[in-house]
Amino acid sequence: MTDRGLAVELSDLTRVYGSVRALDGLTLHMEPGELVALLGPSGCGKTTVLRILAGLDTATSGTVSVGGKDLTRVPANKRDMGMVFQAYSLFPHMTVIDNVGFGLKLRGSDSAGRRRRAGDMLDLVGLSEHADRYAHQLSGGQQQRVALARALAIEPSVLLLDEPLSALDAKVRVQLRDEIRRVQLEVGTTTLFVTHDQEEALAVADRVGVMNAGRLEQLAPPAELYSAPATRFVGEFVGLSNRLPATVAGGVASVLGREVPALDGSAPGDGFALVRPEAVSVVADEGGHATVTTVMFLGPLSRVTCTLDDGTDVVAQLASSEALRLQPGTRVRLTVDAVPVLVVA
Amino acid sequence: MSPSPLFRIVRAVALLAFAAYFFVPLLAMLDFSTQVRGSAPGRTWDNWQYVFTDDDFRASIVYSLLLALFTVVLMVALLVPTMVWVRLRVPRAKVLIEFLCLLPLTIPALVVVVGISNVYSWVTYLLGDSPLVLTFVYVVFVLPYAYRALDAALSSIDVATLAEAARSLGASWFTVIVRIIMPNITGGILGAAFIAVALVLGEYVAASLLHFDTLPVAMADIYRSNGPAAMAAALATMAVVSALLLGLTFLSRDRHKQGASS
Repeated sequence: MTDRGLAVELSDLTRVYGSVRALDGLTLHMEPGELVALLGPSGCGKTTVLRILAGLDTATSGTVSVGGKDLTRVPANKRDMGMVFQAYSLFPHMTVIDNVGFGLKLRGSDSAGRRRRAGDMLDLVGLSEHADRYAHQLSGGQQQRVALARALAIEPSVLLLDEPLSALDAKVRVQLRDEIRRVQLEVGTTTLFVTHDQEEALAVADRVGVMNAGRLEQLAPPAELYSAPATRFVGEFVGLSNRLPATVAGGVASVLGREVPALDGSAPGDGFALVRPEAVSVVADEGGHATVTTVMFLGPLSRVTCTLDDGTDVVAQLASSEALRLQPGTRVRLTVDAVPVLVVA
Repeated sequence: MSPSPLFRIVRAVALLAFAAYFFVPLLAMLDFSTQVRGSAPGRTWDNWQYVFTDDDFRASIVYSLLLALFTVVLMVALLVPTMVWVRLRVPRAKVLIEFLCLLPLTIPALVVVVGISNVYSWVTYLLGDSPLVLTFVYVVFVLPYAYRALDAALSSIDVATLAEAARSLGASWFTVIVRIIMPNITGGILGAAFIAVALVLGEYVAASLLHFDTLPVAMADIYRSNGPAAMAAALATMAVVSALLLGLTFLSRDRHKQGASS
């Protein structure tokens, strides 16, 4: 994080469309220069948050402030925020350099200064040789990189990314994702990144916010979000989880006959532990309590599905060298690693 | 594969028939407007000279051209922001706007003119009795065609995303419409202008009933007193209108080449 970014404060935001409550008292604080990703299923309100921050939508109640300045009633064109959209948004009648320089022109920058700054931004995204092309002469990935350069050219107080990679193919998406992070770290602009792609969010963000039904369920660094989900929704939405019968007593959960730490927020008594596939060990054992049903080869790792004698399916993620020793029908013994788990009712 | 000889012949005959259909009447008009009648047949350009030297007729040409220009400007100024606003903010009103814009198509011009004649008494009282006040009624007449052309053009671009991108970069709504949306619907605007120019330069009913001397009215007056001169006027008008429309077509093509409408 650098000193060039500004803190963002969204307080108790609510947005109601007719009978639909798109946002329900959402509060979010972003540190200067931080990249926060908002993650959630379609319709959870993540894009609404971004649009309210951009000034493209108005909150029914709540406040928006950036750098300590209240922007709640400030129109979008006075907010000084750069935005990259999900749809391609380059102005088709302008060349790449004119697109990047558009915001600077509106700010009264002279032609030479505008061209120099736009050129610098195109250098930053590696597209300076395409300066005189039109949008329809660029690939989707190139268009989004130009859109990023255009958003950054105005030195925005906040950078807003509204699923900018969702229209791209998988390979370009990964390249551009890494590039966005590199550029963001380089310029140090506070950034809000909205996505429905977990891998994307976990890979680029300083902190990830998981949203559900207009509320922020958890906001935490990616590793913490994955290893210590605060709610059942987060545990089930982020990554894969097995739901295994468990009993909680005194902060300890008993799962598959093993005692492991129970995370804060676990329901006491009988419930279900959310256990990651990589926390499940599988050992071939004729006297075991489960049977292998499928072995899915995924390259270096394999996913092994086993069925407990009580009918519960359990998915384990193993090294392929280990998993290939197991065949469907093999009797096995399952244990869970001693990592904290969330137990839900 | 090259076309067969029979296909070539059929194509040539069809083209000749098409050309004859268009050019024979025009040649007949030219012939009629340059004939010397009486005992000594020959050719004369007197009727053509009359068209270009008669002050009233020249004034009617100027008024009609200005009317075409003002109608296009007012139509664009009214329709483009309204249609953009409806698309962005009140999409549910699109059906109503479409209905209102198409309404003049279903009402005969005569009915419209009779209906608004009293309104026009006030318009001429307030703005003077120049034929240019016809701009208001002509905008109503061109609405159905202009709406269709602009609606098709707006549907071909992502208005919401372009507008929001421009807004986030600091553009006012005026800048969004004039510098972002309009350059990307130039084809539609030129199409609407094309129809508006053709309609205004040929409109007779409203101008005649409201007693304004526009080109079609002046031409009808000449026709009553001097048939050959009216033919010359009609041919000259067609030449001017064709030149205007060709100009608009080339302008539209140039915009396409620049990638403006891509």
